[in-house]
Amino acid sequence: MEACSVEELLAKAEQDEAEKLKSITVQKELDLEFDIGNLLACDKNRLELRDLKKGQKKQDFLRSLARDNTQLLINEIWKLPTERVEGTIVAKLPAPATPLPREKPPPKPRPPTKWEEFAKLKGIQKKKKTNLVWDENRVARNEFNRLRNIARAQKVKVPGAGGLTPKAQQSKDELTRAVSVAKTSTASMGRFQERLPKEKPAKSSGKKRKFEPLIGDFSSEKEKQLELLKLMESKKPKLDITKAVNKQLREEDSEEAAAKHKRGAGKKNRRSNMGGKGKGKGGKGRGGGGKPGGKPGGKPGGKPGGKPGGGKPGAGRAGGGKKKGKPGKH
Amino acid sequence: MRPLTEEETKTMFEKLSKYIGENIKLLVDRPDGSYCFRLHNDRVYYMSEKILKLATNISRDKLVSVGTCFGKFTKTGKFRLHITALDFLAPYAKFKVWVKPGAEQSFLYGNHLLKSGLGRITENTNQYQGVVVYSMADVPLGFGVAAKSTQECRRVDPMSIVVFHQADVGEFIRSEDTLT
Repeated sequence: MEACSVEELLAKAEQDEAEKLKSITVQKELDLEFDIGNLLACDKNRLELRDLKKGQKKQDFLRSLARDNTQLLINEIWKLPTERVEGTIVAKLPAPATPLPREKPPPKPRPPTKWEEFAKLKGIQKKKKTNLVWDENRVARNEFNRLRNIARAQKVKVPGAGGLTPKAQQSKDELTRAVSVAKTSTASMGRFQERLPKEKPAKSSGKKRKFEPLIGDFSSEKEKQLELLKLMESKKPKLDITKAVNKQLREEDSEEAAAKHKRGAGKKNRRSNMGGKGKGKGGKGRGGGGKPGGKPGGKPGGKPGGKPGGGKPGAGRAGGGKKKGKPGKH
Repeated sequence: MRPLTEEETKTMFEKLSKYIGENIKLLVDRPDGSYCFRLHNDRVYYMSEKILKLATNISRDKLVSVGTCFGKFTKTGKFRLHITALDFLAPYAKFKVWVKPGAEQSFLYGNHLLKSGLGRITENTNQYQGVVVYSMADVPLGFGVAAKSTQECRRVDPMSIVVFHQADVGEFIRSEDTLT
């Protein structure tokens, strides 16, 4: 019983093994055609019509056919070199061989432009022009440019580099420049150079106006203006003559007014002291002529309160004359 | 619109300094923001940096005025102050003249100021010194040039001119169409 069962088991295992192997290998009359790039397999084997007739059988047949063919396709994929990426086995598919139709319709050709229509109508064909012309002078010019480059690199001033070197064909611009340079190349910088009747003044000599930007550096603008103000202040004369004269005049006026005030105050006292001290003062030589002159003028004017009217000018002139003399002497 | 050249700046400052002396510094260097002078249509405008930046949005031919007009450059390159500058000149004025109430109207009609209308004058004013004219109530009325120094003013007869009229606030009405 046991042996039997073991044999049976072995047989069954063998059968299973065979089935498993069978499941991987599929036998076909004709080999399938593969296009691995598109994961496409074409089965060209004949189909039995009777297999496709009945319902249940047909389903089974189609399922097994699909399985077999997919198996073949998978087998084909396994033949490709594989690698392991992040734990999964990956095969690299070759480029697809079967051309597939595009999804969208092909683009329409661009409608011809108006010029193209016109050109077609007139039969105008586009000609390719070549700008390259053989130039005999090129060698010499290259050599000249090479030397000039060297000169510029070494910061040597080349005479007449500004288009004044003679050429076979000089442009109008170059000629006018040459003329203006030649004219100003005299001892007087061309001041006494004669002019042709309709000659225009040289254009290059003008200086172009250049302004600061409207919205530039505001702080530097302010600095500049403050600097200018400082300069203006420093240039002012230290002694303003009219101002000094005015100051002098004013001082005199105030002094005079003060003296007048004092005299007016003193008069009251004087009257009482007249007999004794007044004569003594006069004797000291304070102005013998001044006192008698001042009294008659001052008395009548001073009492009614007409001080500014009559009194001032008279006294001012006399006093002013004396005081003006004093500063001069010192 | 463009910044003034150095020459223009100097001309303008020289004119301004006749009225406010070294106080120009306070106009140039203000603590309350960046202010600048710009030239537009021969006129000098004083404005803040912010206003200037806003004004750049307006094309040159459409821009009539921006900020405060200080005056204009004549064709001969001199600088003329306009009455619109009074707001900035009055607070910093160094020499002032006060007009009697009776003579206010005459001055505001564009006449010179006579001795009879002179209320007060700053001491030590020189002849031909730029002065700001005030009413007796300390309202700035305009500016002019002293025809006589303070000393001389005391001596001259009442009908002689003491301040030459230059600009007065009456111009806001009289020359409304030219002031900007």
